[in-house]
Amino acid sequence: MSLPTARGAALRHVRRRAVNGLMWGWGVVCVLAAVIPLGFVLYYVIAQGASGINLDFFTQLPKPVGEPGGGMANAIVGSLILVGLASLVGLPIGILGGIYLAEFGTNRFAWTVRFFADVLSGVPSIVIGIFIWAMVVVPTHTLSALAGGAALGVMMIPTVVRTTEELVRLVPVSLREASLSLGATHWRTVLKIVLVAAKGGIVTGVLLAVSRIAGEAAPLLLTAGSNQFWSTHINQPMPSLPVQIFTYAIQPYEDWQRQAWAAALVLVSLVFVLSVAARYVTRGRFRMVR
Amino acid sequence: MEAAVDQPRSLKRRGIFAGGFEDRVFKWTTLLFAACVIAIIGSLAYLLVADSWPAIRRFSWGFLSGRTWDPVHDVFGWLPFVYGTVVSSALALLLAVPISLGAAVFLAELAPPWLRSPLSFLVELLAAVPSVVYGIWGIFVLVPVLRPLEIWLGMHLGTVPLFSGAPYGIGMLAAGLILAVMVLPIITAVSRDVLRAVPVSQREAAYALGATRWEAIRGPVFRYARAGVLGAIILGLGRALGETMAVTMVIGNTPSISASVFAPADTMASVLANQFMEATGRLHRAALMEIALLLFLVTIVINAVARLLIWSVARGAQGGVRE
Repeated sequence: MSLPTARGAALRHVRRRAVNGLMWGWGVVCVLAAVIPLGFVLYYVIAQGASGINLDFFTQLPKPVGEPGGGMANAIVGSLILVGLASLVGLPIGILGGIYLAEFGTNRFAWTVRFFADVLSGVPSIVIGIFIWAMVVVPTHTLSALAGGAALGVMMIPTVVRTTEELVRLVPVSLREASLSLGATHWRTVLKIVLVAAKGGIVTGVLLAVSRIAGEAAPLLLTAGSNQFWSTHINQPMPSLPVQIFTYAIQPYEDWQRQAWAAALVLVSLVFVLSVAARYVTRGRFRMVR
Repeated sequence: MEAAVDQPRSLKRRGIFAGGFEDRVFKWTTLLFAACVIAIIGSLAYLLVADSWPAIRRFSWGFLSGRTWDPVHDVFGWLPFVYGTVVSSALALLLAVPISLGAAVFLAELAPPWLRSPLSFLVELLAAVPSVVYGIWGIFVLVPVLRPLEIWLGMHLGTVPLFSGAPYGIGMLAAGLILAVMVLPIITAVSRDVLRAVPVSQREAAYALGATRWEAIRGPVFRYARAGVLGAIILGLGRALGETMAVTMVIGNTPSISASVFAPADTMASVLANQFMEATGRLHRAALMEIALLLFLVTIVINAVARLLIWSVARGAQGGVRE
């Protein structure tokens, strides 16, 4: 080991700067590697899907194999109905549960609810599907939109609970104090003041949850099933875009594959619009709070 | 300071007093809905155990050792599915972890501030793409690209068992790649949050001693965030284990165990998607239920561990100053 010399120190300085620069470059490469697949997926979904998008796609029913044309009107409507049913299940539990956690959530029970909500967000969607199959499909003896909505609703809960709790907590104490000092009861303060202030954030949570479930196919295979015609009865099987993409994509008919790409384009657009909207709503929110 | 902390609580108590009965109704209503979360997990666990009971009684957990899955003759060995799930997830993590960590460090520490928000948003969009869309992309874009690559690898490295066998394109490698793309945004986003939670004082101390930015990250920041980053990786693993649609569409759905990454395989989640609705025998369905039960138990453990690790870092940061 030689004594440190001025030249050695300078060299080491250069080396350390070089390593620093190298790592910066590695970071850039990694981010690119993470974002490039997104570009690829989007490129192909748009390139392949655009050719299948036309008025028929949105207004016609699926045609049998061999007959050209047809559309996915029933699946589009079905997806909307399923998301609506899911919201009926998921939003009350999510929002009211979140309010409980934010307002009264200092006890062990609340801790358990939080933990179970986290667990629920990690349960694979196919397992949720099997759960609802055993819970709803078996007793009613039929696949149905109701079961599909229940499965998707259960999947919404964790996101909505968590965002509601966080956003209700962010509401300044002074607002509550003002309301309480005017003689309002606790529940009126929460519903009329706190919830109104936290509205934007809760909407974000709901949009994120909807964008997450709108693309789910696995639980719907076991709960809502699918069919090729109009069905608006919620106690009967109901087609949906994700399930339709799956069934069409794995068939060897070119016409169906083209429609699957078109459906993928519609689905991705929907999900991205929801994500961007969610982000837009929160941005205003956090600027105000922080 | 103390009075300011106390005040809302005393006010709340007075609020409850003023509202009396109505406020109690409000509290119990919200509690009821919160309890639904626990009830859902409870009935989920109960139904899975109850419906897989015939299979548990018949085979206990001896299933795990069987290599043959033959519903027609009531032979249910799970090993191929467990193997497929583990190997495809491991492959995904192997590919995704280095890239995710690099990206997370860049997003949390190195990128110029104006670039952080848009890049983070792109990574979030990657997480928002539905599984089934990754699946269709995998079938029609990824698999055709993989086939020549597998042929080339087979020609040059064919003697290695890992790269032997017929190059179908569809198979374990395709599933691993798709899963890597799908877990990447989760690991990146959570690790980034964990890195951001490291107190700024840790970095400043390193800079004060003359460290470069990378040296500060490699030393104090990583040491502080270690547990949380591990949690992020485990969270990604949990996602990979349970991923269904995309894997089902590219893995080939063949319950066999092969050393080659080119060979078609099957995972626990994809066998559920493929066979559950077609299962007719009582035992077949119970066996599938037991697979679902195992998947559920594994994801609970994985999520609990991951949350605890992430929480240990994020909680420690609360006292510190954030950027």
